Amino acid sequence: MSEHKQHISTYKSQILVLLSLIVLTVLTVTITSVHLGAFNTAAAMLIASVKAAIVLLYFMHLKFDEKIYRFMVTLVLAIYAVVIIITFFDYLYR
Amino acid sequence: MTGNSTTHREPSYLDYQGKYTGIRAWILSTDHKRIALLYMYSQIFFFLAGLVMGLFMKLELIAPGPQLMEAQTYNALFTVHGLTMIFLFIIPGLAASFGNFMIPIMIGAKDVAFPKLNLFSWYLFILGAVIILIGVFSGDGPPDTGWTFYAPYSLKTNTNVVLSVFGAFVLGFSSILTGLNFIVTIHQMRAPGMGFFRMPLFIWSLYGTAWIQLLATPVVGITFLMVVADRMLDIGFFDPAKGGDPVLYQHLFWIYSHPAVYIMILPAMGAITEIITTFSHRTVFGYKAIAMSSLAIAFVGYLVWGHHMFTSGMSETARLVFSFLTFLVAIPSAIKVFNWTATMYKGSISLEPPFWWAMAFIFIFMIGGLTGLVLGSVSTDIHVHDTMFVVAHFHYIVFGGAGIAFFAALHYWYPKMFGKMYNKKVANRALLMLFIGFNTLYLPMFFLGYMGMPRRYYDYLPQFANLNLLSTVGSWIMATALIIVIVNLLRAKKGTPEEMDDPWGGRTLEWKIQSPPSLENFEEIPVVEHEPYELTSK
Amino acid sequence: MEQNHTEHTDHFDPVASKLGMWLFIFTEILLFGGLFIVYSVYRFKHPVEFHLAHQELDVTIGLINTIILLVSSMTVAMSITALQLGNKKLTLILIAVTLLLAAVFLVNKYFEWGAKIHHDIYPGSEFLLSLSKGDMLFFGLYFFMTGLHAIHIIVGMALLGVTYVKVNNGTVNQNRVSLLENSGLYWHLVDLIWIFLFPLFYLIH
Repeated sequence: MSEHKQHISTYKSQILVLLSLIVLTVLTVTITSVHLGAFNTAAAMLIASVKAAIVLLYFMHLKFDEKIYRFMVTLVLAIYAVVIIITFFDYLYR
Repeated sequence: MTGNSTTHREPSYLDYQGKYTGIRAWILSTDHKRIALLYMYSQIFFFLAGLVMGLFMKLELIAPGPQLMEAQTYNALFTVHGLTMIFLFIIPGLAASFGNFMIPIMIGAKDVAFPKLNLFSWYLFILGAVIILIGVFSGDGPPDTGWTFYAPYSLKTNTNVVLSVFGAFVLGFSSILTGLNFIVTIHQMRAPGMGFFRMPLFIWSLYGTAWIQLLATPVVGITFLMVVADRMLDIGFFDPAKGGDPVLYQHLFWIYSHPAVYIMILPAMGAITEIITTFSHRTVFGYKAIAMSSLAIAFVGYLVWGHHMFTSGMSETARLVFSFLTFLVAIPSAIKVFNWTATMYKGSISLEPPFWWAMAFIFIFMIGGLTGLVLGSVSTDIHVHDTMFVVAHFHYIVFGGAGIAFFAALHYWYPKMFGKMYNKKVANRALLMLFIGFNTLYLPMFFLGYMGMPRRYYDYLPQFANLNLLSTVGSWIMATALIIVIVNLLRAKKGTPEEMDDPWGGRTLEWKIQSPPSLENFEEIPVVEHEPYELTSK
Repeated sequence: MEQNHTEHTDHFDPVASKLGMWLFIFTEILLFGGLFIVYSVYRFKHPVEFHLAHQELDVTIGLINTIILLVSSMTVAMSITALQLGNKKLTLILIAVTLLLAAVFLVNKYFEWGAKIHHDIYPGSEFLLSLSKGDMLFFGLYFFMTGLHAIHIIVGMALLGVTYVKVNNGTVNQNRVSLLENSGLYWHLVDLIWIFLFPLFYLIH
């Protein structure tokens, strides 16, 4: 079982991942510096989520690992999201 | 593969001589069975301490007016009683003791995945207990906030809240590591042939529990740290004067503490399932339904925390959502009860003590569950909120449910753990006495609460006197019964290997090895060829 | 699918330790998750104050620190590749670079915090208590969350430090990369949290 195919990421792919992360970071800073109203926050959070997904999939290797890890991560994030939504049932309607 | 035990027996885990001797052979052991006993002994110790505090509270309430103590002492007493019983007895509960002992054996492994981490968890548990204890006996006196540490009072009181809160944080960390260990063990260490759907249902319930421990505990951990920060650094997260929202504290607290109820009760349900199946001599009814209901309870239980806060000033929408979700949890719980009943139907039931304990569990748990519906719907909850009704419901679930299941499991696995059998007649009578005492103690509280007696007061109006007196008498009956139970277990007698290896005709893996188990549990890792609970000819 | 292991005392299962690390990461995510809930509730209640208060923070320092952490995340990922390919020397260099970047992050943080404290902005300061409730909450959250994050950086550095020693003496090697992989996972988690902290504190509009 420890003999399952080990995926070794190449240096080149890691540099590409880093570059995309930096581009996204610069993008957030520029987007939030122009006035777009409530859309600013949404855009910033969306970009942050994309960055997080890239880190999870490539640096943290989820893309190449067994499915179970992706499943667990999705489940945990989904539960957390539901908890936030339910909490806001209180604050949005108070 | 069954117990051809007399031929060759390894020294048991109790007698095994390793690197260390004396007490160090226990407190430095990484054997899951010894760690389980370390947990069990410490938990029973804390349980007895909490019991004594409870008795004093009942004594104070024997008649209206101050009896033994001042109001402040009573406040401290119910706080420390709650802290001890919840964080030191019932949250580690069946998982840390019986789970630790049984998980590797029931899935056919030699130990948990991380034995050292397992021991470390126990040390964290003791460390947390010691911190709480220091908090009780030092500084400006024991905390008086109730075990919930509700802000803003927990930020303002002069009593020693910081240490208790920090102790609870450490205990949470211990709980997380135990859960982590169990999940990895169940994923990685199952014997060949032991698929997920061949695992005993106790293991399924512990699997669900472990996930709650893992995902809910950190939320309360950070909340407790914020309370500490509020008190020490004056930040004001939950202080209305500084913009904080006390209701948010309640949200965060119950995001953990409601699932914590399932941390307590799920392993209890699992153990009861084992007992009922064994003594009905039938395969369990609806194996997959029970297994899945454990996960469903774990999941839905995560989303219902708001029903503790119906009167806290939440929005109307939130109250309705939480009330609806709360009723959803009743479904998987009921699935379990129906499956237990169906398992017993047409079974050839042997009326041994563990079975009676399981029956007591179901009866009491049903009362607790049904009164939970009263609290779960917004309109009725507002009437009985913060009254003795809540106290009664809570004790029916947590003590009558999880606590009684703890003793049921103890009676069930006692021969396996120690190779000894207690006096069954005494066990049955003590249970009957406990059952009577328990109901005499807590049933009146439902009526008291319904009539409007608030909880957490050391005094009450004269019209509540009779029922309170009855309740106090019940506490004496119950405490006596508990002492008999424990003495009876301590006086258990060694049996022959044939009698002890499988005294009940159990069909899970732990009954196929010697009692008490050897250090390695299995000489050879077993290969599982049967479906769970399949009846095999002996 | 299961393996037969011999002795449970020196039992080693890379899959188990990786799964364990992931589970631990889940608890960390929910630990910070609690704080993010608090943040979002208070920002929802005090949108204007949060916007005004955030202007006290220096976007440039935040941006530099973000990039530092991203680069360090890459170097740690590369160090795993290097070890898997058997290049011990490069592995050690990459871990050392990661540690160095982490230290630079902390130094930046130190100066950033120092400047705030110099301006009398710290939890419980008289100046802060004289400001609006939203300001108090913003800076309370700012110090608490970035402080907790900094503690995680220190823990991550300690983990990587231990890994460095073990790679150096050969206990962690090409055939046994588990410890490095797991320290790497932890390090990425620290990065992951910062990815959200940065826009939430420095880029409010």
